Amino acid sequence: MSQQSLTTTPAGAQGAGGGGALPRGSRLGAEKLFRGLATAAGSTVLVIIVAIAAFLIVQAVPALRADSENFFTFQSWFANDDPPKFGIAAIAFGTVLTSALALIMAVPVALGIALCLTHYAHRRVASTLGFFIDLLAAVPSVVFGLWGRDYFRGPVGDFSKFLHDHFGWIPLFGGGGPYGNSILLGSIVLAIMVLPIVTSLSREVFAQTPAQNEEAALALGATKWEMIRTAVLPYGKPGIIASVMLGLGRALGETIALALTLGAVYNVSFDLLGTGGNTIAANIALKFAEANPTGRSALIASGLVLFAITLVVNMTARAIVYRRREFVGGAA
Amino acid sequence: MTVGSHSARTRVNLKAQRLPKWAPAALGAGAIGVAALAVHATGFGGPVLTGVTAALLFVVGLAVLSAVVEGGRTSRDRIATSLVYAAFVLALAPLLSMAFTLLSKGTERLNGYFLGVSMKGVSAFDDAGGAYHAIIGTLEQAGIATLITVPLGVLGAIYIVEYGRGRLATLIRFFVDVMTGIPSIVAGLFILAFWVLIVSPYLNNGRPEYSGFAAALALSVLMLPTVVRSTEEMLRLVPGALREGAYALGIPQWKTIVRIVLPTAAPGIVTGVMLAVARACGETAPVILVALGNPAINFNPLSGGQSSLSLYVYEQAGTASKYAPGRAWAGALTLVVLVLTLTVAAKLLARRNKLAR
Repeated sequence: MSQQSLTTTPAGAQGAGGGGALPRGSRLGAEKLFRGLATAAGSTVLVIIVAIAAFLIVQAVPALRADSENFFTFQSWFANDDPPKFGIAAIAFGTVLTSALALIMAVPVALGIALCLTHYAHRRVASTLGFFIDLLAAVPSVVFGLWGRDYFRGPVGDFSKFLHDHFGWIPLFGGGGPYGNSILLGSIVLAIMVLPIVTSLSREVFAQTPAQNEEAALALGATKWEMIRTAVLPYGKPGIIASVMLGLGRALGETIALALTLGAVYNVSFDLLGTGGNTIAANIALKFAEANPTGRSALIASGLVLFAITLVVNMTARAIVYRRREFVGGAA
Repeated sequence: MTVGSHSARTRVNLKAQRLPKWAPAALGAGAIGVAALAVHATGFGGPVLTGVTAALLFVVGLAVLSAVVEGGRTSRDRIATSLVYAAFVLALAPLLSMAFTLLSKGTERLNGYFLGVSMKGVSAFDDAGGAYHAIIGTLEQAGIATLITVPLGVLGAIYIVEYGRGRLATLIRFFVDVMTGIPSIVAGLFILAFWVLIVSPYLNNGRPEYSGFAAALALSVLMLPTVVRSTEEMLRLVPGALREGAYALGIPQWKTIVRIVLPTAAPGIVTGVMLAVARACGETAPVILVALGNPAINFNPLSGGQSSLSLYVYEQAGTASKYAPGRAWAGALTLVVLVLTLTVAAKLLARRNKLAR
């Protein structure tokens, strides 16, 4: 191909008057067209983000107008009634609670795995084990949900009973049985799903720690853990924060796994063990089939809230990553 | 030899006192033994509690022993090491459990019959039915989504890497990353609000039409940022010298991109697309909202509801019948095999990609 270009291009360049780096003439049309196409394709992303907000607002307004209760403080969901009564207080609370619990459980483990893969395990072992963690990320959420409901509910139920029997005086574990779909079950499943995301991002960050910093720490006589605490963790701090926030974004929007493992109960309660829990996303999946037009519009309204929350979380996370990238890029 | 033995005799011990190498192993065996006696044999708890107790005994025992013999700093180092490895075991446990459950429950019903028939005319309480219609739905929806996403995503990445300068390019890059985090249910709601409720009535005599195509659109929204990001990374890896060589030969920029940059980056782009397709195949939430499901085989993605494998699993999971869980697990196994095949193939392709490594 390059040979062909060698023979044809000088002629073309001469025909166009020569001198310039790029041939002039009819090819400029193709160049403009291609550049225009690429710019349009790139801009699609912006268009889609704006369109999501716009269309969700348009479709949400009718239900918000018809709602006879306060959308932000009412705890139940009777959007199909006439007049419709619905509010996101309980499901928004559930969304935040399950996500927070999932992160509390997942982040320490994920950071441990990331450290293990970058600084502890043998390199070849680490790449194989990292592959397994990536596989965990590839498992569809409906499979997590099914596993949580059909298998994991048993062990978690036993664990709930154990917690209630021995630590029942802590309000979180005060709920009595039966121990079925609960906030505890949902948030543990969610934690397992968030784990690979936080792991893969913090692993990247830890792997980027400058070797000089690590070697300097070790040369001063630091133990491996002291080296990690003084060199790796401070360097990776912004990256860790960003990866946690991205995990949070994923957790907030998780739908199917939670629809299968939470109790779908509309109340604001810190009881983790008893039947309970619901989230904005799970509520949409559970209520959609039975929704009438107003009900559908109400679900879209709750989706708009979810979109706004995840947008803020993701933008914050990305802003942190970007600032850090500039910093690292400038130092390099 | 004589010199060696002589120096060994008179050696000054510069090293701090260390635990012998076999100490952690011995301690581990001891911890398991004590835990088995105290927890398992007395009937206080099952194997899981025994394991947890053994792990706790091991960490505490090692910390104390090391603190006495080696001092506090080494002791803390040993605690950190055991916790880091414990985190790993903790994460592999659910993966193994899931793989085991999936294989044991999924293979019960998974056979040629299951893959070859739909759920049309099958009551939830019949010991019959399969996932053929769902497989068709998944393949069609993921296929259409790929056809939409690949040109758009690759062109978008070309803009970011090759053309984009200034504020617009920065903005687009930023929002591609933000878009990666859009929840799948929101993508579904967007296509519901935009395509199903507003556009499709014009094409369907005024009634909103739920279809496999709408699901494909929703999946495209989810796939687009992934494809742009992975393509962008691959394009950046193409050596600048290749581009400069082409420019030096007088080849216009667009032709350089199409004929030289893209073919060089192609294996990596394919990897990224395969990973995005794998993720899209597993999405359930958007399909519930805009394709609605259909127990019968529907080859037409443009009209009428369509099912998908993940939706099938979700539907069967929510059905109260003694045969439904079997169908759900068989569907889940089919889905996981499909998704993992794509993922593993993509990763193997990436490993052979000379550009990336």
